[in-house]
Amino acid sequence: MHVAPAIETRDLCKRFGDVKANDNVSLVVDQGSVHGIVGENGAGKSTLLKMLFGFYQPNSGDLIVNGEHISLGSPAEAMAAGIAMVHQHFMLVEPFTVLENIVLGAEGQGLLKQAEIDAKAKLKGLEQQFGFDLPFDQPVSQLSVGERQRVEILKALFRGADTLILDEPTAVLTPQECDQLFELIKLLKSRGKTILFVTHKLHEIMAVTDSVTVIRAGRVIVRTDTASTSPEALAEAMVGSKISRSVTRADTDHGIPRLSVQNVSALSDHSHRALQNISFDLFDGEVLGVAGVAGNGQTELLEVLTGLRRVSDGFVSLSGEATNSKDVFTDPISLRRAGVGHVAEDRLKSGVVASMSARENAILGYHREADFCRGGLMRLSAIDQAANDYFENQDVRPRNPDLPVASFSGGNQQKLVIAREIARDPQTLIVGQPTRGVDIGAVTKIHDQITALRNAGKALLVVSADLDELMAISDRIAVLCDGKLVGIVPISEADERTIGLMMAGSAASSLVGSATEGQDQ
Amino acid sequence: MSGSATKLPGVLESVLMPMLNILVALLASGLVVLALGEDPVVVLSLLIEGAFGYEEAIGYTFYYATNFIFTGLAVSVAFHAGHFNIGGEGQAMLGGLGLTLAVFWLGSSAPVLSIILAVFGAALFGAAWAFIPAWLQAHRGSHVVITTIMFNFIASALLAYLLVGPLQRPGGQMPESSDFPDGTALPQFHELMEILGISFEQSPLNLSFLIALLAAFGVWFLLARTRFGYEMRVTGQNSDAAKFAGISVPRVTVIALMMSGALAGMMGLNELLGEQLRLIGNFTLGYGFVGIAVAFMGRNHPVGIVLAAILFGAVYQGGAEIGFEIPKITRDMSVVIQGLVILFAGAMPHLFRRPVTALYARFAGKGNK
Amino acid sequence: MKKLVIRVVAAVVVCLAPAFSAFGQSFDPVLLYDIGGKFDKSFNEAAFRGAERFSKDTGISFRDFEPNSETQYEQALKRFARRKADVIVAVGVGYSVAVRNVAKRYPNIKFTVIDAVIDLPNVQSITFKENEGSFLVGMIAGLSTKSGKLGFIGGMDIPLIDRFKVGYKQGVAYVRDDVSFIENYVGTTPAAWNDPIKAAEMARSQYARGVDIIFSAAGPSGLGVINAAKDSGTLAIGVDSNQNHVQPGYVLTSMLKRVDLAVEQAMNSAKDGSWTSGHRVMGLPEGGVDYALDEHNAALISDAMKARLEDARAKIIAGEIVVEDVDGGNSGH
Repeated sequence: MHVAPAIETRDLCKRFGDVKANDNVSLVVDQGSVHGIVGENGAGKSTLLKMLFGFYQPNSGDLIVNGEHISLGSPAEAMAAGIAMVHQHFMLVEPFTVLENIVLGAEGQGLLKQAEIDAKAKLKGLEQQFGFDLPFDQPVSQLSVGERQRVEILKALFRGADTLILDEPTAVLTPQECDQLFELIKLLKSRGKTILFVTHKLHEIMAVTDSVTVIRAGRVIVRTDTASTSPEALAEAMVGSKISRSVTRADTDHGIPRLSVQNVSALSDHSHRALQNISFDLFDGEVLGVAGVAGNGQTELLEVLTGLRRVSDGFVSLSGEATNSKDVFTDPISLRRAGVGHVAEDRLKSGVVASMSARENAILGYHREADFCRGGLMRLSAIDQAANDYFENQDVRPRNPDLPVASFSGGNQQKLVIAREIARDPQTLIVGQPTRGVDIGAVTKIHDQITALRNAGKALLVVSADLDELMAISDRIAVLCDGKLVGIVPISEADERTIGLMMAGSAASSLVGSATEGQDQ
Repeated sequence: MSGSATKLPGVLESVLMPMLNILVALLASGLVVLALGEDPVVVLSLLIEGAFGYEEAIGYTFYYATNFIFTGLAVSVAFHAGHFNIGGEGQAMLGGLGLTLAVFWLGSSAPVLSIILAVFGAALFGAAWAFIPAWLQAHRGSHVVITTIMFNFIASALLAYLLVGPLQRPGGQMPESSDFPDGTALPQFHELMEILGISFEQSPLNLSFLIALLAAFGVWFLLARTRFGYEMRVTGQNSDAAKFAGISVPRVTVIALMMSGALAGMMGLNELLGEQLRLIGNFTLGYGFVGIAVAFMGRNHPVGIVLAAILFGAVYQGGAEIGFEIPKITRDMSVVIQGLVILFAGAMPHLFRRPVTALYARFAGKGNK
Repeated sequence: MKKLVIRVVAAVVVCLAPAFSAFGQSFDPVLLYDIGGKFDKSFNEAAFRGAERFSKDTGISFRDFEPNSETQYEQALKRFARRKADVIVAVGVGYSVAVRNVAKRYPNIKFTVIDAVIDLPNVQSITFKENEGSFLVGMIAGLSTKSGKLGFIGGMDIPLIDRFKVGYKQGVAYVRDDVSFIENYVGTTPAAWNDPIKAAEMARSQYARGVDIIFSAAGPSGLGVINAAKDSGTLAIGVDSNQNHVQPGYVLTSMLKRVDLAVEQAMNSAKDGSWTSGHRVMGLPEGGVDYALDEHNAALISDAMKARLEDARAKIIAGEIVVEDVDGGNSGH
């Protein structure tokens, strides 16, 4: 007997402006199966999920649920079609009890009390069926993360969901909770539910899914049964093929390291160990790329190197001068004066003040320098001159420094930021996500510029979520996973598969045996 | 921000929008007046006449405006640094105390010196009163909105204690201090005009109006021309970017709020050193709170604040005048009318943004075709 | 749009004209209340009633003004002085500094100030011997108390209020010498005159401690005391106006301070030309203070009591009884 797939999409497209977030995505999720979706950050997973959940509407293509062509105008319509989503960030009201959270939005028209009594009866049945054991009368705020996730899942089942979309469900869980979740997924499957499991951790795909779809750059790269694939094959599909290197490179000067990181550990904002015992050197005339799945310590590393975060252990030294580094690396201004430029990874969050004019942003971080300010007064004509120069040198458009930064495109904002950070010819440049949110035209220009700086003998450290980008511009690639340095691979030995596996944290040691030559110096 | 397709040109933004708000406020007040059985047009004309109709009225209007300039600037300076200082009331009280102590300390022996010291005393005490909430905000994360409002109560209790105790006028029955020593008063406007040979009716308008204008200029200069002003604005708009740029956010917070407190504190110059010539228990009369509306209506720009302050001064003075002339409009009614103006003009500045923007977009679109 | 603007402007101009010619009557009296409002059932309301009587008798209307704040005292005085009012009556000790300042600037305008003393040639100061009136209500309290415990609730602890208290105690002592007193003050700032809730709390606490009659000299706050008396089935003594009717049967009497009389006389005398500057004291002989007797408290005051009260009144007028006074009761500057 032929059973229609629980969810099927045909040539689904979604554009945001000129960017194709989803490009002819065709997906088949069989009834009663666990289907995995993997892809890097920005590959288009979230966009796809949001269309399946009725949050976005596709520009073209078909959505077929249980054999019926439908269009989902809102999450409520998706719920009605039996599709529920468990978000990465839970949608629970913390002070409410578990029961109240489950009933919330499904109270019906009667009195709340009655709704709760009805709900309790129904939940008892669900509990027995799926083996939940949740404290219904406790406020959600007292629950562990794993329990909260189960509340979300129970909430979805309570509303009659047949298909559950789990968006990176393991990102917030401990290993033990992960195992429990996998048990639950298997149980749900055995009871006939369909699961769409989204992750970028390959071993999870191998552990729980029946079939898997790999998405890269908005397209489906491969769809296969899990049994007939391997982590290596998935990793390669995930990160794509090697981009040919068109730029010629000068030699790296392996003298005294420009920047040396020794056994550095640091805590995150939430006092987790975000960096653990990291050591590496950065030399003049090289680009050191830092790869990793988002949230594995890259942000904290950037902050440590730019004076925004204190190390809890170890030290960073500049040009071999370890003695005064403690002071320098706690003050962004001294660091800039010492010749370390910083292109912030999240431009709008911290790299610019979006509501202020481009002119005023052109001096951010350098506003205390003598040519911009004397005796506490701003030197407006010098600032004006600098802004005009930046606009001219980097071809920032429109050429109007009076406009607030928010009204420039991402690429032009980034050009302004880069102009500002290289204006004082820093010997070291720390760059986070050089082309995030930047239009295609500007990407090449920024890459060329990074290479030009390298060839001019500068030392550059580039953190990027875009592995293709790192492969194109780096001399060596360092991979972070879970706050640890998995290894550093020279570009000549780096390929997508190796890096992809290192990023996923699997089999790192066996892969990088010979790949740490940069540290021998 | 990026969602709004059309931006209003500056003229519409800064002139038309406030005008619309005032108009609606007047219409709403007109309805209230009508409900009382009075003619709104008569009341409106009385209000305008009472605020600008003769020299003394103008004097009073600008006298009230002086208070609002100080408190409006105070709110705005804190706001530029990203904080909502609603403790203007308490800071003004302490400023009043500071100047009172200064004049009594020096006495009438050196009036000019004592006035100068009073100006500094007012600013210093206001700043000091803002320091504690500022420090708690910067280093302990206690929200200034909560702490400054609590400090208003403390200031009011402190002043009441002093004015029925150590500072009370000997033999006096009201919570007020003795008269300031002879000569320690800010020259009044008509006296200044007399020196220039121009006769102007007597009114409480005094030198502190010029001090307020000077303060407005100073705030503009601070924000637009100084490094600290720049750091303040960066901090206020995006504290992450401030950290990125190496700006010490706690330091900026403390200094900005203290400047705010100093400006609020100087309000006492006008009320006490300009007119009452003694410290009175509740001389602040809510001017510190009205400063919030003034700052918002003036779009947090010193010029806007001066203009908004004059408008509020006119409403205060004109409103009192209505009370004099029309018995049916009791003082509670004139408070209602003032409240409506504050509500529409100050507290809801964006009420008409959408329709006006839509209208503008339509006309601008037509013009382009 | 342009037409509309012109019409509005025209309307403004047309309406302004009558606004200025409205004061064409020959005699123009003005009454300025103290903070607390015109209808406070007490001090300000008494002043209002006096002016109303004047208006009814003579057919001359008066203008009045309720200041929002202390800063408006002076503004209001100046404003009416500038518009050539014939007499400006300001009630309340708070006006003392303001009247002093304005009267100096407008020597041709007559000012009458009640409760304060200003020594200027164009100012008439009227004060009351609240101690004498309080003496009489003190006698009533002393003759009526069963528990032997009496209460006093003042607005602020200032000389003016002290005068009420001193007279009250002396009146009690005149009829009984075994009475104990409990006294409280509502607050330390003028807000105390307008806080009936706090006054009621104090009254309840006094009643709970065995007090059966409380005399409140706290302006509108006293209404709270009267309500507390009703709640606990005890008695209160009103102040300034006749407050017997506020809770009939629970108000033993009221210490009348005839502000209405003072206002009416000031206006009348200014009209007929007999107005003179200087200090007028209104005590028992002048009918300036008294105790209130009407149908609401007739059952509470026996004939024997009345006889003793009339005897005491005569002795005070004759000078046989000297009621103590307090220094500085009417100084405000």
